[in-house]
Amino acid sequence: MFLIDCPYCEERRPENEFAYAGEAHIARPLDPSALSDAEWETYLFIRANPRGRHNERWRHIHGCGRFFNAVRDTVTDKFECTYKAGEARR
Amino acid sequence: MTRFSALSLFTKALGGHKGWEQQWPDAQPKPSYDAIIVGGGGHGLGAAYYLARKYGITRVAVIEKGWIGGGNTGRNTTIIRSNYLYDESAHLYDHAVKLWDGLSQELNYNTMYSKRGVMMLAHNVHDVQSFKRHIHANRLNGVDNEWLTPDEAKEYCPPLSIDPNARYPVLGAALQRRGGTARHDTVAWGYARAAAALGVDIIQNCAVTDIRRGPDGAVEGVETTRGFIGAKKIGVSAAGNTSVIMKMAGLDFPLESYPLQALVSEPIKPVFPCVVMSNTVHAYMSQSDKGELVIGAGTDQYVSYSQRGALHIIEHTLASICEIFPIFRRMRMLRSWGGVVDVTPDRSPILGKTPVRGLYVNCGWGTGGFKATPGAADLLAYTIARDEPHRINAPFNLDRFRNGRLIDEAAAAAVAH
Repeated sequence: MFLIDCPYCEERRPENEFAYAGEAHIARPLDPSALSDAEWETYLFIRANPRGRHNERWRHIHGCGRFFNAVRDTVTDKFECTYKAGEARR
Repeated sequence: MTRFSALSLFTKALGGHKGWEQQWPDAQPKPSYDAIIVGGGGHGLGAAYYLARKYGITRVAVIEKGWIGGGNTGRNTTIIRSNYLYDESAHLYDHAVKLWDGLSQELNYNTMYSKRGVMMLAHNVHDVQSFKRHIHANRLNGVDNEWLTPDEAKEYCPPLSIDPNARYPVLGAALQRRGGTARHDTVAWGYARAAAALGVDIIQNCAVTDIRRGPDGAVEGVETTRGFIGAKKIGVSAAGNTSVIMKMAGLDFPLESYPLQALVSEPIKPVFPCVVMSNTVHAYMSQSDKGELVIGAGTDQYVSYSQRGALHIIEHTLASICEIFPIFRRMRMLRSWGGVVDVTPDRSPILGKTPVRGLYVNCGWGTGGFKATPGAADLLAYTIARDEPHRINAPFNLDRFRNGRLIDEAAAAAVAH
């Protein structure tokens, strides 16, 4: 089980307080009706799924309830850092 | 290659089982092949076998980064069934179940396919309605599936608790009698041996590091840790690592890779006659011929290539097992392990051509690829040989994520199996 630093609570808590919420920094389209089918496919379904460094969203669901982002290595499962939602990609 | 038979077993037994010859040669890579299969699991080895056997393409190499059958083929819980909801899926999975029949004879290798029945438990009104819908849909597609009352379920699987006061009482079950289990290792070994006998090179400890494409965009071969190997046709059957391989060809795929765990108990005498699955409390179990209870856990929630999962996932699964089968509450678990499964957004596989000429893919089987091994292998071979998908795998194309014709099997695949 992971121990995850919540950037809002500023506490290290066990994974079962958190919910994983998929890849981070996927921006919702500003003008949905202008998107082509290929762009919709990319937005909805295509994921980086890298072997290595991964930017991902977590939610401290049994804590502050807020979404934040994290960088984790998908081979070692080690967290590099966590940072608040809205901050630039690390 | 010696054919295995009762006689050969008997005569070798007289000699103390010494003198068995190597089952297939450890091939070294040649400069080029007609077709390369990336990934030496059951699906990949099977595809090479069917390419040689059914489509006459024998200059084939299977390239495996580790040892054959060491990925998800050796890590799954060996369950075979075809009770999927939609027509496309029913045809796809039933194609595989039909090939499981007679596979041992065809490969001259005992895959230990045992039609012991797969029983899926219903614990609430939604389950009952959903399973009955599945049963009717299956029967319309010629796939056997039947409804059992709690008493009938108990009779079919005596260790099952049908206590009406349970937290999640059993309200009934859907039973596919043709479903069952097979020995996973022998599937890889059987295909490897049969393919090698037809001239296929099985190259282990050889990781693909890049896919080389020509000026026209078509594939020319693969760069590997053991040098360049040329081929005009490449079939990728790399399960959890498919995204990584596809990026080498410049393709982004709608896949995410998750760790999926399984575990076995200490071996005990035969007590568990079938496979039981419960989507609602999330557990499933069978007993291997060695006597171990084989238990499948769920996936972790995050993307990972680590081939191991968290302990709390296993604890959750075992709590469910103890709830449904109180008889096993004092069993001790022997081993647990994890594999990396590639999951698509609609929980159906991607099996067919890709936008890159000469590159074919068989991926996205998520948590349930073992049951499809012979079918997926056969259809990948067909697609590679004919350069077009078979009508069974045509709906499982990559375009469906663009045109919206998804095959949403999240309900059938709800329990990681």
